[in-house]
Amino acid sequence: MVTDTLGLVLKAFIVIGAVMTMAGYAVLLERKVAARVQGRPGPNRTQIPILGSIPVIGTFLTRLGVFQPAADGLKFLFKEDPLPGHVNKFYYVLAPMVAFIPAMLTMTVLPFGAVTDPVSGATSPIVLADLDIGILFILAVSSLGVYGIILGGWASNSKYPFLGGVRASAQMISYEIALGLSILPVFLWFGGTLNLSNVVLGQSQVWTAVVQPVSALIFLIALFAETNRLPFDMPESETDLVAGYNTEYGAFKFGLFFVGEYTHIIIGSGVFVVLFLGGWTLPFITLPAGTAGAVLSVLIFLAKVFVIVFFFMWIRWTLPRFRYDQVMNLGWNKLLPLAVANLVFYAVVIAVIEQLN
Amino acid sequence: MAVKEVSIGDIGARAAQADEEFRGDKMLINMGPSHPATHGVLRLKVELDGETVTKCDPVIGYLHRGDEKIAENMTYNQFVPYTDRLDYIGPIHNNVTFALAVERLANLDVPPRCKAIRVICCELARLQSHLLGCGVYGMDTGALTVFMYSFTQREKLYTLMEQLTGARFTTSYTRIGGLMRDIPDGWLGNVRKVIDEMEPAIDEIDKLLSRNRIFYDRTVGVGVVSKEDAVAYGLTGPNLRASGVPLDLRKDKPYLGYDQYEFDVPIGTSGDCYDRWLVRLEEMRQSIGIIRQAIDKMPDGPYYAEEAKKIFAPPKSKVLTSMEELIQNFMIVTEGPQMPAGEVYFEAENPKGALGFYIVSKGGGVPYRMKIRSPSFCNLSILPKMMPGHMVADVPVILGSLDFVLGECDR
Repeated sequence: MVTDTLGLVLKAFIVIGAVMTMAGYAVLLERKVAARVQGRPGPNRTQIPILGSIPVIGTFLTRLGVFQPAADGLKFLFKEDPLPGHVNKFYYVLAPMVAFIPAMLTMTVLPFGAVTDPVSGATSPIVLADLDIGILFILAVSSLGVYGIILGGWASNSKYPFLGGVRASAQMISYEIALGLSILPVFLWFGGTLNLSNVVLGQSQVWTAVVQPVSALIFLIALFAETNRLPFDMPESETDLVAGYNTEYGAFKFGLFFVGEYTHIIIGSGVFVVLFLGGWTLPFITLPAGTAGAVLSVLIFLAKVFVIVFFFMWIRWTLPRFRYDQVMNLGWNKLLPLAVANLVFYAVVIAVIEQLN
Repeated sequence: MAVKEVSIGDIGARAAQADEEFRGDKMLINMGPSHPATHGVLRLKVELDGETVTKCDPVIGYLHRGDEKIAENMTYNQFVPYTDRLDYIGPIHNNVTFALAVERLANLDVPPRCKAIRVICCELARLQSHLLGCGVYGMDTGALTVFMYSFTQREKLYTLMEQLTGARFTTSYTRIGGLMRDIPDGWLGNVRKVIDEMEPAIDEIDKLLSRNRIFYDRTVGVGVVSKEDAVAYGLTGPNLRASGVPLDLRKDKPYLGYDQYEFDVPIGTSGDCYDRWLVRLEEMRQSIGIIRQAIDKMPDGPYYAEEAKKIFAPPKSKVLTSMEELIQNFMIVTEGPQMPAGEVYFEAENPKGALGFYIVSKGGGVPYRMKIRSPSFCNLSILPKMMPGHMVADVPVILGSLDFVLGECDR
């Protein structure tokens, strides 16, 4: 019992460490992708004393910008952490945590690989908590993240953050509905299970994105809005609101918002991969049993997540930004009816299939 | 009716009261002078009802240097560097416009080669300015990549300026009656190469944004300026033409021999932000065409008015060998180019609009009084008319579409 708990804690730390590292490197990826899109080299100067001076590899890694996340993180950590005089101190300090913690929490139920027992052939997913209501947990916890932004905007007691916070609350709540409706057909398709691992196992032959392209599309668009990414980054649209809800934040508090945002993107991409792109499985290919298969499954999952994260960045550096009312219009007048129609369509289709069987 | 008494000394209280009246139950936000959307040090007092702008009050003057007063204390040639700092996005065009204004005062005509070089300079400046205008406009709508694409091209123009004038930014290239120096060897080839590369880049920017659904939704029907308003507020340049008024000083009051070049004047139909974007894109293409023509028929001959002995200082080689030229040089450097008494108003089609110089001369090398008619100042005057009814997110788009520069507006 005790060793079980210890093992779980250890696993949790490993996963948190991995996701934090990934968030750091997602920032680097963002900067590199932006640079490639815009015809620049991107970060290529940061060095770590000993590693960076290794003849060929060190130079290569430096050019790749591998050490840049460390510099970025340290900068956030070592900067003076000012507390403006006009803010509501309690909520001001609380907001970055509220934004950051739900983003990290959602990944506890996200299955990111599978171990196949060589003897019995049974497959068990690699996941911190294999909840039967996995997706509900994700929806519930990730929507808490909006409180961080609203609190940040409100507690700053300043006009631009206030506008950003108001926009964030309206936008994220609107898109939450389309998001929720878009994934219902997926769970209907897999026989009403809400367990994410079962959803993945159900896709071992054909991905949900192929069966339900409209659901995937709505989910992806809503995900952009939920993670505040351009073209939906109303809460911090820098051209009109300076930096939106985090205008008054600096140093590590801003860092938490920042890392929280990228964690959100990674976890959101993970959920998309699990729901629509077959998670850790590949169609028509059976992974080997044992450790090798487990490692391979995690790598496949990460590769898919990488593709989605890259897509996020590609979009960000290509498209202009919506206007606030256009975002709301798209959410309520286009996505919501589409999601409802999609749900009804698949409910009927599934009912017909069941009748035929 | 109750009359509220306010003592004369209590100015602070009155100002606060006025501020309250301005605000009502609405929110007053200050955009600028330091804000990512205001392109310089423009300050907008924006009154918001929710997200909708109900009132917009531009506050200018943060970059005021008193250029017009400074001009009274120096010779005409000495003022050329100050014109760099008017529209610093395409500085060389200001040099040319100023030189043309003073030459109009002296009733002096420069040789064809000088004119052709100046035309190339003007159109390069227009490219510089519109590239920045379009890039920043893209950035204002959230498309950051367009900004980088256009700046890659602007960088090449800066290199050309450096080859031509020795300075990348503050060109100070013209002198009254001529130019600082002739074009360097091979420069025209470089120009041709740069504009050849620029055409596909402009097409790329066009393709990235013009047909982009989000950009289209953000700009069509936003910031509409009617034909009548545009004329009434004294708008000039692309902003006027986007409203459908085909006024281009290069066509209507040709200077520098612009009537010998073939180019079209693009005009818009609805006067919204999208039209202003399209007009600027097309003007860049037309500028490239003009530069090609100017390069093709670049005449030989002197690059300054040789007969204007009291206006243009002779070349150094002659100054060091001939007595007459030495005296001539000495007089122009110490006293300034000698102008007749009189007054002149000259305006040219700058990238931002009609830049005009009104010069009063009492003779001699120093203007008695000078007034600069800056296009950005007039273009900005329409903001209080345009802004109300739009959303906060439209404010930067409208600002970006007007493409002003505060160095010129505040002078």
